[in-house]
Amino acid sequence: MKDTEDKITLFYKIPGNDFTRAGEASSNVKSKLKMMGVRPDIVRKVAIAMYEGEINMVIHASGGTIEVIISPEEIEMILKDQGPGIEDIELAMTAGYSTAPDNIRNLGFGAGMGLPNMKKYTDEMSVESQVGIGTTVTMKVKII
Amino acid sequence: MTIGDIKETLGAKLIVGEEWMSREVHTACGSDMMSDVLAFMKDQSVLLTGLCNLQVIRTAEMMDIVCIVFVRGKMPDGAMIEMAKQKEIALLSTGHRMFSACGMLYEKGLRGGAPYR
Repeated sequence: MKDTEDKITLFYKIPGNDFTRAGEASSNVKSKLKMMGVRPDIVRKVAIAMYEGEINMVIHASGGTIEVIISPEEIEMILKDQGPGIEDIELAMTAGYSTAPDNIRNLGFGAGMGLPNMKKYTDEMSVESQVGIGTTVTMKVKII
Repeated sequence: MTIGDIKETLGAKLIVGEEWMSREVHTACGSDMMSDVLAFMKDQSVLLTGLCNLQVIRTAEMMDIVCIVFVRGKMPDGAMIEMAKQKEIALLSTGHRMFSACGMLYEKGLRGGAPYR
């Protein structure tokens, strides 16, 4: 955790090979925001959006990193991975579209709702991706 | 409806949460797909699911879900029980199938929230 004047930055490395541990970072962010006294509905939005992103990283990209920047105005999440990249971002954003394998569906994910949910719960979201290089998802939830 | 009422209605076995039986539950959600659960934000919800892994508890945590009912007699493992205790999520297990369990709670007045648009 590093603090500047009015910003707090949290940094997480997401392990890619352990589905059972997926969500630990989001859980940690949720408790921290709660402790900071952030409004419960905002905490929940951030937690859900980040959790979906974290799960995506584990399923598709063998992990990655998540940076969470908390300022008085907004909470920004930057999720970076060096996974296979997304060929057609618009298609990936379609509710119900999924490339997750069957074994992931058996674990309760891969319904094609991850990216749509992330968009739904955040005020701003951008996806940058290059096939073979990786994906960066930036999400912002406004506090004010 | 309280968590205790849900336990009684479903004849469910209590796994975690003896002390939270009087907590109020306002809405319910039944799904084995966690992203479907994550798609609808509700307050003080109960989740009915046939999925039984750690991510069910995580999903409930993110959603502030107060109680999880495992249907078809599924039983959570030690790691799930531990996490549920930590996050204060009550765990129940019922032998009823998903459709029946949801129906029994619906009959008692529990609802699932607005339709998807």
